[in-house]
Amino acid sequence: MILDVKMFAAARQYTSQAVVQVELEEPARVSDLKVALLQQFPQLEPLAGHLTIAVDNDYVDDDRLLEENSEVAVIPPVSGG
Amino acid sequence: MIELVQQPIDTSRVLAHVASNEAGAVVLFLGTTRQFTHQRETLSLDYECYPEMATEKLQQLEAEARCRWPIVDLAIVHRLGHLELGEASVAIAVSSPHRQDAFEAGTWLIDTLKEVVPIWKQENWADGTSQWVHPGVEPPETPLNQPGNDTP
Repeated sequence: MILDVKMFAAARQYTSQAVVQVELEEPARVSDLKVALLQQFPQLEPLAGHLTIAVDNDYVDDDRLLEENSEVAVIPPVSGG
Repeated sequence: MIELVQQPIDTSRVLAHVASNEAGAVVLFLGTTRQFTHQRETLSLDYECYPEMATEKLQQLEAEARCRWPIVDLAIVHRLGHLELGEASVAIAVSSPHRQDAFEAGTWLIDTLKEVVPIWKQENWADGTSQWVHPGVEPPETPLNQPGNDTP
């Protein structure tokens, strides 16, 4: 499947894209997405180990299964307030 | 009241929202733009967010705070975009019958907001470089985001 993944802050800056497309073999878990993102965008390396994934506006664990129609986003450590 | 705004925060409107005859206390917290962080000088800040998720997370914070403390009303307003020194990036107001609950709820709300709500701050340093703030992440040695090099 091909996932559209929203990028924010430094993740968007390093990839120069607000939305990236990532191709994953099914079944695909969040951990697979993280590996694929770092392979496809090595410039994300400074954020490796710090990336949290959100699915449909909620934080999810690495073992969560991904579905093609989910809204997926890369959430680097937040700094609001 | 939960709001993500592009304009300066109107604190009198925030306070008016939580005013009530049931309240014996109103606590207002403002997060403001600081000039120096560990001797490094900031000229300005830029904030961005993941709007749908930030709104949903803020609504969850409001609901949880209302469960934990006897809150009369509360308001969270976060500003986005470009902020100059001294400007408020966030306002949190809580009213409650007694002051301890308003203080505790206000502290919990800003602490939790800073941990979970997908909002990010970019420091525009006095040396001309800019940098997204990601707590726990070592910044690259050469800042990638020279001014004008970022694609919103």
